Amino acid sequence: MEQAGESRIGQPRDRVWRALNDPEVLARCLDGCKSMTAVGDGEYEAEVGAKVGPVKATFKAAISLNDVVEPESYRLEVEVKGGAAGFAKGSASVNLEEVAGDDGDETLLTYRINGNIGGKLAQIGSRLVDVAARKMAARFFERFKVDFDTA
Amino acid sequence: MASETGIGASVKRKEDARFITGAGNYTDDINAAGQTYAVFVRSPYARAKINGVDTAAAAATDGVVAVFTGADLAADEIGDLPCGWLVKSKDGSDMVAPPHPPIATQAVNYVGEPYAVVIGETLEAARNGAEAVDADFEELPAVVDLSTAASADQIHESVPNNQAYDWELGDKAATDAAFDSADHVATVDIVNNRLIPNAIEPRAALGEYDAAAGTYTLHTTSQNPHLERLVLAAFVNVAPEARLRVISPDVGGGFGSKIFVYAEETAVIWAAGKVRRPVKWRAERSESFLADCHGRDHVTTAQLALAQDGKFLGLRVKTKANMGAYLSTFASSVPTYLYGTLMAGQYTTPAIYVEVQSLYTNTAPVDAYRGAGRPEATYVVERCVETAAREMGIDPAEIRRRNFIQPGDFPYDTPVALTYDTGDYEASLDKALEHIDYAGFGTRRAASESAGKKRGIGFSCYIEACGLAPSQVAISLGAGVGLFEVGEVRVDVTGSVTVVTGSHSHGQSHETTFAQIISDKLGVPFENVTVLHGDTGRSDYALGTYGSRSLAVGGSAIIKATDKIIAKGKKIAAHMLEAEEDQMEFADGTFTVADSNQSITFGEVAFSAYVPQNFPLEDLEPGLSEKAFYDPPNFTYPAGAHICEVEVDPDTGVVDIVDFVAVDDFGHIVNPMIVEGQVHGGLAQGIGQALFEHGVYDDTGQLVSGSYMDYTMPRADDLPSFTVDTTVTPCTHNPLGVKGCGEAGAIGSTAAVMNAVTDALGVASVPMPATPETVWRAGRGE
Repeated sequence: MEQAGESRIGQPRDRVWRALNDPEVLARCLDGCKSMTAVGDGEYEAEVGAKVGPVKATFKAAISLNDVVEPESYRLEVEVKGGAAGFAKGSASVNLEEVAGDDGDETLLTYRINGNIGGKLAQIGSRLVDVAARKMAARFFERFKVDFDTA
Repeated sequence: MASETGIGASVKRKEDARFITGAGNYTDDINAAGQTYAVFVRSPYARAKINGVDTAAAAATDGVVAVFTGADLAADEIGDLPCGWLVKSKDGSDMVAPPHPPIATQAVNYVGEPYAVVIGETLEAARNGAEAVDADFEELPAVVDLSTAASADQIHESVPNNQAYDWELGDKAATDAAFDSADHVATVDIVNNRLIPNAIEPRAALGEYDAAAGTYTLHTTSQNPHLERLVLAAFVNVAPEARLRVISPDVGGGFGSKIFVYAEETAVIWAAGKVRRPVKWRAERSESFLADCHGRDHVTTAQLALAQDGKFLGLRVKTKANMGAYLSTFASSVPTYLYGTLMAGQYTTPAIYVEVQSLYTNTAPVDAYRGAGRPEATYVVERCVETAAREMGIDPAEIRRRNFIQPGDFPYDTPVALTYDTGDYEASLDKALEHIDYAGFGTRRAASESAGKKRGIGFSCYIEACGLAPSQVAISLGAGVGLFEVGEVRVDVTGSVTVVTGSHSHGQSHETTFAQIISDKLGVPFENVTVLHGDTGRSDYALGTYGSRSLAVGGSAIIKATDKIIAKGKKIAAHMLEAEEDQMEFADGTFTVADSNQSITFGEVAFSAYVPQNFPLEDLEPGLSEKAFYDPPNFTYPAGAHICEVEVDPDTGVVDIVDFVAVDDFGHIVNPMIVEGQVHGGLAQGIGQALFEHGVYDDTGQLVSGSYMDYTMPRADDLPSFTVDTTVTPCTHNPLGVKGCGEAGAIGSTAAVMNAVTDALGVASVPMPATPETVWRAGRGE
């Protein structure tokens, strides 16, 4: 699976960077996220309930941050286990670019995901997982953008 | 008795009343008091080392009765699942089979391989428990591609080069010489695509342990319950044979996939003994995709050498066969003795050499699937013949005709180890040509052309060796079991008849055809005959149903037992009529003293057998019940001509099968309606392989065609109204003169369809399945 996308966020880059490194923010914005815990320097554990077509499960994710260039970019390595539902693993490269907006500094976030899926997810969800991931990303940014106002 | 219910009559099926009213009794319909439910925890990885399986959370889950891993089975000395046919490599060495524990212990080697089983009070509890099993896997790179598997990572420690065996058949030197003298050589590179069986009833098992008696009873969806019992007792060590009863009740289709002894029923019957309660399991459809044995999956290069006049001089075949991750129950025999031996087809090809290298990959095990080796062989031979005909500019019907073994040539010894007993191949081809109106094809093609479509016609003149099998031949070729069959005929006191057969019916209609035979032979009303099958507690050791053997082998055993009934009946009748035994004649249900008007009915003899008056007990035992074992002296050789006509839309690549003719020689036929039904089903499956079905793993070994969203089954509206007809050359060596019809449709049709598709497009080859995209690309020369 390969996917890329971008989102323009009406906040300065430093703020976006801090939010992206705050497990509480991430947990609020990620659809179905039941918990997100920092377990070490740049390492997190999360529990996310997700549904891909007919496969519905609680996935346990181990996330680590690599190649961190503050406040510009990092690469997330993610390993997701869903028990009987199967597994996913992959990496997401995230890049933040400062752009000038009408009301001050804004940030252009671009990302690129590479990943594999296995087990039931691959068996019956392979043609659905792209769409599901895209939807999840869209929901995330939708919430992420307004989270600055409500937080 | 040529009656409305005897041999040759299209009697409506006895089975249908219960099946179409939902009253069938399938394994999952059977429930035992206090039963628990099993859920298997399956590997999501194609290849991984198991560093540990943590079952604590699963065991603590509400309603979970027990959680077992491979280590628990090993601790109980439960053995590996064996392969029952020893094939030797060219160099004389034995095939190499890796250990195959029912529940994985050290490593998992295909997606779906079970590594734990959870037993719950309810199915939901077992599922929740399965969710909580936590395994520590170390993922390893998967070996998926068959063509490079021999040089890829070694999957099993004990199997160098991932090779099960490198087998050969035929005379290499003679074949090389034939190619040296050839005027033309036709070469084909073909793939027999992997198929997933998809029986309508998923596999299921109900295991029960009677602690008081120390006996086990396993209800399961097996095509051969005695073989299941033998393997579980003698090899897997679940229970002694005499204390294990295996019952296969109504079974909804098998197509080979239910021949084999699988992990699931093994674990279920063992677990029933451990938890001391009945254990029930039924596969979900997703599990069937992952864990039923798959079929086909060959990569082949074949060459046909011809003389200028189109006579076949030699055939060379080199095949790689995918065994999957382990060697299933009969997997080794399928690409060898059920494949290489069929390469003569219907032709007089004098020199043939076949090489088959069978390899392991990190995919589900591959074993027999409807036709088992013979569809693959027919595809090779008939694609070669068609290719040669086109390259040499000879009419495809004519080139076959020039090479047919002639009726006067039988018995005919092929260069690949078989002796065909009888046949008339030209008769079937002629009849098929007439049905399809071959003479009018040019006109039809022109009409299609003017409508912007491309029309093609394809032939397939197939042969199969079935009626498996002469024990002596099979054993000498490596089979670990005999392949005879048992039949028992019990005449009841009131003259009704109970037949106990070792053949198992999972769609074949034995309750009907076997009753027709008895009704015909003994003159008892059809409705007074009851056929029992599928129970090791009812019949003697038997071999079950596969390889189109039920009527040819199981039916012959019943005939032998019936002959004994008649002989015993004559004794009783002679006693009752105070005549000599050798004066007695039997016909139409009546015993008659020769050249007299003294007679007595079968019913009176039956009654007398059980209410014996003045029987001379030293010469005449009471009772009228006989049993016979029948071991066939040869295989049977059904053969036929299938012709397919297609119309291809070059803009969309959609293939429309506009006509399909199957003319088959099954020898004598007991019930034409049932035979036609068997042919229809087989044709649908063969056409499925050609146009729709494809079991696909991605390069990490994930099954991506694991549901009906991605695995295309043929549907009624994909198929034309078939024209099915027969010719008859009776089998020379069984009492009914029958050959078997169960697999023919799937064996002949695939090649006919692909020959038609390539003819329509005017291209040398199109890979299977010929989906619209594939055909569209092939039509554009891509």
